[in-house]
Amino acid sequence: MDLRYTEAEERFRDGLRAWLASVLPTLPPEPPRHAWPERRAYDTAWQKMLFDAGYAGINWPKEYGGRGATPSEHLIFLEETERARAPYVGHNFVGLLHAGPTLMAEATAEQKAFHLPGILKGEQVWCQGFSEPNAGSDLASLGCRAIRDGGHYVISGQKIWTSFAHTADYCEMLVRTDPDVAKHRGISWLILPMHLPGIEIRPLRTMEGTTEFSEVFFDEVRVPVENRVGDENDGWRVTMVTLSFERGTAFVSEMLQSMELLKDLAVLATKVTRGSTTAWEDAGLRRDVGRLAAEADGLWALTKRNISQAQRTGQVGPGGNVFKVQYTEFRNKLGDLAFRILDRASLSLDDIGGLPSGEHVHGRIHAISLGIAAGTSQIQRNIIAERVLGLPKER
Amino acid sequence: MDLEPNELQVELSTAVKRLCEGRFPADIIRAHIESGRIDRPRWRELADAGVFSLRLSDAEGGVGLGMADASVVFQELGRALVPGPLVATHLAAGLIDGAATGDTIVGILEIGHGPLLVEHLDSLDVLVVLAADGVHSIPAAEVSGRPVERPLDASTPVTELSSVPKGTPIGGVELARTLRRDGACLTAALLVGISQAATSLATGYAKQREQFGRPIGSFQAVKHILADMLARAEVARAAVDAAAATIDQPEVGDPDRAVSVAKILATEAGLLNGKSGIQVHGGMGFTWEVDAQLYLKRSWVLDTHFGSVDEHAEKLASLLV
Repeated sequence: MDLRYTEAEERFRDGLRAWLASVLPTLPPEPPRHAWPERRAYDTAWQKMLFDAGYAGINWPKEYGGRGATPSEHLIFLEETERARAPYVGHNFVGLLHAGPTLMAEATAEQKAFHLPGILKGEQVWCQGFSEPNAGSDLASLGCRAIRDGGHYVISGQKIWTSFAHTADYCEMLVRTDPDVAKHRGISWLILPMHLPGIEIRPLRTMEGTTEFSEVFFDEVRVPVENRVGDENDGWRVTMVTLSFERGTAFVSEMLQSMELLKDLAVLATKVTRGSTTAWEDAGLRRDVGRLAAEADGLWALTKRNISQAQRTGQVGPGGNVFKVQYTEFRNKLGDLAFRILDRASLSLDDIGGLPSGEHVHGRIHAISLGIAAGTSQIQRNIIAERVLGLPKER
Repeated sequence: MDLEPNELQVELSTAVKRLCEGRFPADIIRAHIESGRIDRPRWRELADAGVFSLRLSDAEGGVGLGMADASVVFQELGRALVPGPLVATHLAAGLIDGAATGDTIVGILEIGHGPLLVEHLDSLDVLVVLAADGVHSIPAAEVSGRPVERPLDASTPVTELSSVPKGTPIGGVELARTLRRDGACLTAALLVGISQAATSLATGYAKQREQFGRPIGSFQAVKHILADMLARAEVARAAVDAAAATIDQPEVGDPDRAVSVAKILATEAGLLNGKSGIQVHGGMGFTWEVDAQLYLKRSWVLDTHFGSVDEHAEKLASLLV
């Protein structure tokens, strides 16, 4: 156990810090959170800047154009970009963290050569077509059909919870190619261009009133067979190869950001008044803040342990599931704390009364989605109980 | 940066685990509950394994290891519920003659925490007092009080003193501060081991115990309790290891902050896993016979050592503004 970084890692940090300090002031103003086309332009321009500076695909292998950084360097990258308040991965999320790694592991040389550089340079935006209205936690029961017709698959059905659907160029898509075998065995993984005829995108309105996700409908959409990745009906295995990629570091940036939110809230509590005094004079509130600070630092320590494991074994084990469950709990408590401190200013989704309600109310609502997205907390607990503790499946 | 245990730490923890399984099995802990006295030969075996001396230099009779090494050792001692003032005697090594070798059993009394209760007084040779003006040492023979008839944790006997005799000063406020910080870190390590042991015991039971024709561990209502126990213990373990590594290399962070984080998370893991472990055992968990209760009771005791959750939470809060 040693938390010191090596000299090489510290040099990497210094170089990155210097670069961030030089480029961040040159960025255009950040578009509003839900101005999707503007956000795409902003996110992909940032990705291009990272690419030109040699920071794109930080943890991708060099042979695919990545930097080939170690897990420790990856952590430093996430830490420094967050500290400097650099743009978030945004529209590049699915390409960089999910579709890209899947392609690296399973795609043909042609598919890799066409897509990977595009993802790295911010020229290709990807979305994900996995979940369906009737295939949520039980993803393998998905029913969106792909019927072979000569050199094409003809796709009919529906996907849901697709982020960036209306701004993406490609969709990593799971389809049912054989309905007559066990559910895991009849699935294929396709690269779906989003401009094809027969695709209809309907934005979903979330409880925040915004359009984070869409429903996507497919009416006899024809996709060339060469867009398949891996063998026909082997799509479930193809997906599983990289599912753990998402859990290792996907939430690290926003966790670091929530540590800042906690600090901001503590300072805010010293300013907002309660009767003749401030909220900070309330020992109960202060102790809850202190407990949350402990949880935040604990999650940061767990992240370092997970990264250490990845460094040694190449994989993030169940620590990724533990992180997801505990981070979700933490964010919900942080949101509750924000509402206590904001008091009636929490009734506005935008800043009000000189208080930063916008950020914190958004954060409160966002926390609720964390227990559902990317594997519900209940599914995460099943995974921990069955794969780590060896408990029998319920059935 | 590598928060995983190194080779030496893996060896250390395996060796202590083996020692505990061989010399401190459940029936020995139960025997201690009956006698209320620490078994001195076994205490010396702990000393021979380096439990008390490992952070001392070669010249002082130790092997010059760090807090991260001690942390893995204390996690194992906690897991086995080894009774006695382990942390106090470890902290006293190098300060009190014979502590490092296991010849002197040393207890600690922190002044300023409700009634003057000393744990394991009948087994102690020396009592170290952490007071506002520094650290004092008192021969245990000079300390007397009223033994508490029914201690909360039967494996932690307590005696109530009416007053604390004047001792010999052995250090100032700076030493007291360091002992409190290191004591909190090692206590947190014990609590991590306890929270893991509670998880293992309950998991084993949930795999065997059948109701409605199947193991209760197959029901999500039960397995989610167990998953949360594991998750809590894992976060606490990461926090304790990080705190210990920060004490060893203060250039990576603030050791006081890291220790407060570790003490809070490890205490909550010990308490919540202790309670959950009993719940998973159902009615049997509420009995004297089943060990599930021992984890919760020891956690309750350790919660009061070297700063409660509230004290450490106040400290962390004050660092934010």
